[in-house]
This record gives sequence, C-alpha cells and structure tokens, in this order.
Amino acid sequence: MALIKDGAFVDDAWTTVGDDDPVPGDQPAIVGFERWQRDRDQLLARGAPLGVRLSSDQPPALIADDLGHFDVVALEFPRFGDGRAYSYARLLRQRHGYTGEVRAVGDVLRDQFLFMHRCGFDAFEVTDQTEIGHWQQALSEISVVYQPAADDRPPAPTQRAAT
Amino acid sequence: MYRYDEFDQTLVDERVVQFRDQVQRRLSGELTEPQFKPLRLMNGLYMQLHAYMLRVAIPYGMMSSEQLRMLAHIARRYDRGYGHFTTRQNIQYNWPKLPEVPDLLADLAKVQMNAIQTSGNSFRNTTADQYGGVAADEIEDPRIWSEIIRQWSTLHPEFSFLPRKFKIAVTGSPNDRAAVRFHDIGIVIVEGDGGEIGFEVLVGGGLGRSPFVAKTIRDFLPKQHLLSYLEAILRVYNQLGRRDNLFKARIKILVHETGTEEFARLVEDEWAQIKDAGVDLSVEEVGRIKAYFAPPVYEALDADVAEFRAQRDADPDFDLWAGTNLAPHRQPGYAIVNLSLKPEGGPPGDATADQMDRVADLADTFSLGEIRVTHEQNLVFAHVRQADLHELWTELTAIAMTTPNMGLITDTICCPGLDYCNLANARSIPVAQRISRRFADLKLQHNIGELRIKMSGCINACGHHHAGHIGILGVDRKGEEYYQITLGGSGAEDASIGKVIGPAFSEDAVVDAVATVVNVYVAKRKDGERFLDTCRRIGPEPFKEKLYGAH
Amino acid sequence: MNLRTLTANRLGDGAVVYLTGDGDWSRSINDGRLITSTEEGDDALRVARRCLEAHAVVEPYLIDIIADTGSRRPAGTRELIRSRGPSIAAGVPAEQR
Repeated sequence: MALIKDGAFVDDAWTTVGDDDPVPGDQPAIVGFERWQRDRDQLLARGAPLGVRLSSDQPPALIADDLGHFDVVALEFPRFGDGRAYSYARLLRQRHGYTGEVRAVGDVLRDQFLFMHRCGFDAFEVTDQTEIGHWQQALSEISVVYQPAADDRPPAPTQRAAT
Repeated sequence: MYRYDEFDQTLVDERVVQFRDQVQRRLSGELTEPQFKPLRLMNGLYMQLHAYMLRVAIPYGMMSSEQLRMLAHIARRYDRGYGHFTTRQNIQYNWPKLPEVPDLLADLAKVQMNAIQTSGNSFRNTTADQYGGVAADEIEDPRIWSEIIRQWSTLHPEFSFLPRKFKIAVTGSPNDRAAVRFHDIGIVIVEGDGGEIGFEVLVGGGLGRSPFVAKTIRDFLPKQHLLSYLEAILRVYNQLGRRDNLFKARIKILVHETGTEEFARLVEDEWAQIKDAGVDLSVEEVGRIKAYFAPPVYEALDADVAEFRAQRDADPDFDLWAGTNLAPHRQPGYAIVNLSLKPEGGPPGDATADQMDRVADLADTFSLGEIRVTHEQNLVFAHVRQADLHELWTELTAIAMTTPNMGLITDTICCPGLDYCNLANARSIPVAQRISRRFADLKLQHNIGELRIKMSGCINACGHHHAGHIGILGVDRKGEEYYQITLGGSGAEDASIGKVIGPAFSEDAVVDAVATVVNVYVAKRKDGERFLDTCRRIGPEPFKEKLYGAH
Repeated sequence: MNLRTLTANRLGDGAVVYLTGDGDWSRSINDGRLITSTEEGDDALRVARRCLEAHAVVEPYLIDIIADTGSRRPAGTRELIRSRGPSIAAGVPAEQR
C-alpha cells in the first residue's frame, strides 16, 4: 500500500487502527466510526492528531459536528463500483466545509482517479505503485469538464462565458 | 442541431486516446479481462454471443446526413454492412474487432459522435421525442434540455458509479412519444399556471424484472433549475440506492421502497441546499445551446397543398402511406415523415450501409440534411415540403422504407434477442419476422388499426414488452424457446404495464396466439376503439378463453 | 456424464472458438476436443486458463454436445446459435438479398 498526495508517492505518517487494537498515544491515528463513538473521550485526550474512517454506508452527516477533531477523514471504496464515497467527499467539502485531508481508501484505481480528485479527495491509498506518471496522466488525459464539483477545474460553460 | 465547440470536441478526442490506451493495454496483456471489462463497458463495448458489440449514442435521436454517412462507413469498414437502431436511440454494431475499435471511435469523433457511457452504471444516452422542434402539439423543444443534460451527465465525477444504469428521457409534448414514464427520470415540459414553461419531473419508471410506471415528484420545476434538481435526485439515489442486490439497484426500487412522497421530500431537502450553488447553467449558456435548435428557415407555404392532395387522390399506395406514416408539422405546407425500418420479413430496426447512405442523400435533398431515430426503431425526416412527398415516397420505396405501418401490428419493437445477445433467453427477431409476414396484408393491418407489439428476448426488457399493447417475452424452458404474452401495456402518456395472460407458448404456437388475441379484439371492439381500449374495457378473460379455453 | 466440449470467445474479434485436442482453438465445433469425464473437463479448463492468461481468449466454459456420426452440435438453443451464427439474415429481409 502506498499513499499519493500532491502528485507524489509520500510516506504515510498515519496508522489505521482496528476497532479493538490499541491506539498509539503519540502518533497520528485513523480510527473507525464505531471506535470514535465508543472511545471519543479517550481519543480526544491523546496528544496526537486523529483521523476517522467511514465505510461506504456511513455518510459524513454522522460526523458533521465533530469534524473539527479530525485531520483526516478516510472514505472507503469497498469495490471501485461502489460510488457512494464520491457524494460523501463532495458533501464533506461543499456542505460541511471540511478542509482537512479527505483520503480515498479501499479499491482505489487510476481509472477513477480523476473522478475522486474532482469530488474533493486529496490523498489516495493505492496498491498500484508502478509509476506515479500513470496516476498523473489519469488526471490530465481528459481536460474538459462539464460540471462544477469540489475541484477548481473550470467547467466548459464557465470557460465558454469567458471567451 | 447542436454542433460541438472546441470543448465538446476536445473531450471526445481525448476520450478516444484514453480508450485506445486501454485497448492497447488489454491486447498487450497488461490488463486482464476482469480489469478491462469495466473499462470497455464504460465505452459501450460488450462481448456478445458471436463477437464484440459496440453501442454508439445518437443523442436524443438527432443525426446530420454527414453523421449518418459515417455510420454507414463504419458499418462497411468495421462491421458487416449493417447496424441496428435501438429503443434508446442508439445504433449497435454487431461485429467490430477489438483492435479496430479505437479507429472506429476516432472516425466517429470526426463527425461529433461517440460511445461514451452507452453502457455501465452511469447516465446513458438522454433520449427525447423524435419530433422535437417540429411537432404540432409541442409546448417547447425537448432537444435543448436534452443537450443540456447530455453535457452535464457526461463523465460526471460524482455519478459515474451509480448503483445501476440511469436513463433520462424528455418530451415537450403532452402526447408522449419518448416513453418517459418508463425511464429512471422522465421530464415533461409543461406550462405552469401563469403561462410560464417548466418541467414536470417523474422518477422511478422502468421495465425489466420489476416494471414500474414513473411517479411525479414535482409538478412544476422552473426551467433554470433543471440541473440542480437532477443533481439532487442523483445525490439521493447515489447514497441510498441499493447496492446489495443487482436486481434491486435501479432507482425505481428505491422510490418504491421509500415511498414517492418521502423520496420527493429527500430530493427537495437536498435541492434546497444546492439550488443556488452554481450547478444550473447561466441564462447565456442556455441561450447559446438553444440557438442551435432555432427553427430552420421554412418557405412560406399554404397549409393546403393542392399538388399533394391530387397525388393522394391519384395514387392509392401513396395515399395509404401518407395517411399512416406522416405526422402533423407545426409549419404550414410541411410534414413529418416516418421511414419504416419494419419491412415485411425484416429484422426490426436494422439498416444496411447502402440504405443509410441513401437516406443521408435523401435527407439532404428533402429534409435539410437531418435525420432522427425513434425509440420505436424507425427513422424520421422532420422537415419535408408536402409538395415533395410523392417524390420522396418514390425514392424511399426503392430502399424498402415506405411500409405504411407506423403504429400498426407489424411496426414491432424488438430487441436483438438470442440471435446476438449474451443475456437473451430466446430469439425475438425471427418471431417479429413471422408476425410481420402473417399480418403483411395491408388491408388487414389497417383494419386492425393501432396495435403496438413489443418483444424482448429476456426479462431485461430492452424490447419494452411490458409497454406493448401486446407484449411478448422470450423465456427459456430447458433449452427450448417459449414466449409469454402480456396484454394491455402502453408506453405512451397513458402508460401502463401489461399483464401476463397465461402460460407461455412454444415458438411454433406464439404467432397463432397473437392472431387469436387479435381476432378476439376484432370481434369485441366497439366503433373507434383501439386494441388497447378494448383490452382495457373487456379485461383478460375473453382473450384467455380463446387462448386456453380448449385445454 | 454428458458429452462435452469447451468453448470461449477469441480476444481480438470475439469469435466463438472451441478448444481442440492439441490445445489450439478452432472456429468449428467439429474440431473441438471431446470431453467424456470430469477429469478431461478439468484438464480442458486448465488448458483454457493458460490461454486466458496468454490473452488469447475470454470466458471459457464447458458445454454439452450431441455427437452423431461425423458431426456434432451443442445441446440447447443458445449454444446452437453460438456455433452457427445468427439464425436470421442480417440487415434486410431474406427475400431482398
């Protein structure tokens, strides 16, 4: 597993912790939503950054009031065809105003990379580590977009108005 | 009609390059079939029984003669000289070779066509009334809004992996020629109380395993909010649509299980939050797209064309055709011409490359170089001077496209069935052919009157059998083909789902069974009653009695 | 057990092919290897899987066939149509071709 951020493979400072595993006290840790609900006070009492991971049937409304506690929200793609997290990412960014890291985890493939990027994901846990160029190409091979989303690509209608 | 600008063209060209790379990776072995399959499906490329099949979108059924000539070229160069027009205003090629598909797509892109999202769990081709802009009964041109939806729904980042495929249809007339009530979203252009134009929005229609007629969730949506409202519907569906069961994943099941009112509330809640968030197009952009659909310059003609009248009087064959295959045009002195793709004994919806070329030429001569495809698998010339009709009829007769059978018993909707399709359980084309031969006699057909037979080779219902006045569904019984008959369906504004009449018939018996049903109707009908009317009035019993009574 | 053979579609053109006795592929079902036991079926599937990995064919599977003297045909309409091609004339009515 490798992490892509800002167009490069980077070291992942975060540890994803299972629901019954011990949470490291001094390292950035990502916990599941159930764990967050169960151990909220202990997790907040730690002195290290905290992230939360939502499965594809856990919409971000569940954590809307707690977003200030999280530096990372990881959204799961249990398989690439389960597209719920695209909506969740946009809601996080555009409805709940979340500005921390939104991380795509699970079945994250380069054929969906552009869509994820457009919906507001900015970190990607991937298994295909062959070449970062392939991933960058996936972001640039289609240069026209028709709809506004959570990215800053200007949609065609906006560009038409400007010309 | 709409013409691509640099943005539209760039996207389609880039998509061809992207797909060429994916095909290359597959052929080189870098991609396995399970990895490649979703990629090819996102570009309309299926593996069928005998070969690959490529589905090409004809957005809301509109084609220029140049585009149709390219479709003919593709049929010749990459296929076996013919194509099949479908119930969703697409064309399918049955024999393309994988290494050549990128070149095929590059050729399509030269004439502003593509196969983007003609399969896969995303938006499919947006379909519309084939008479857009010319129908006498039209409130407003549905093509403008179909094109707006086409662009918005292309490579939508949030909605490219929906629970299941998603089909939108638009009509601008109260008479529904686009089967909008059997779509995931049906959009009906309506006039509001104050005279302003807007949309009635219906959701959750569909055929297949669980047929539903769409329900209205909004009586009147102001025009400028179409895209934000669609985005709200899709966002609700993307999050809540079932992903645990393929057969329950369409939005119709979500609407059914949630309840129409509650679903509408969820959509309205979502919409309230995004309606002013920049999804909707500016007035200027709508205007830009609308300008492409401005009415052409017609000649100022009398509504009464003496020449046309005289030709009808003089030639009974022409008269019969004119009475059956023409539709009223909003412009005096003009007519809408339906070209039948249902000749006696022909596979419904098929056209050869030679026919396509000839139709393109005739469109240039007689109909402003424009052709439309209908969901009933016929073609349309939308701007023909009535004075030219006889000459056009003569030319079309030479390519077997003047069978005077629009809306009649031989104007069958028919899927490719088990002759081509990997999903099919039984053949449908041969049954349609036999029906068209059995009822070939024009006097007989016209005596029977409007009767829409729709036939599918499996439960997925590409042939809309649920919506047929007579529906025929092919089923497999231990390796043998059987056919179940439904009665009383309609795909029009009075949409209804046909009911199964009884046990299925064997291949040998099914055409006789259809004839029996027709005979019951003819015996029981009252003056002016269509088959559907009689069927609704008398119910299934009289039909059952004749079909099964002896047993 | 029923008489069987193994079929697939060719990667390049999607054509229907049958696995032959010597591990090649043929367009004709009459060249297909006859499979008379579970072991022979497993063996054919193993060969097919290698061809799958070599990107020659897709979706291989076993089908029941009926063998008369000299010729074979698949049991069931679907495979019969696969082996013979569409049962209808394409594009135009037969009488006009």
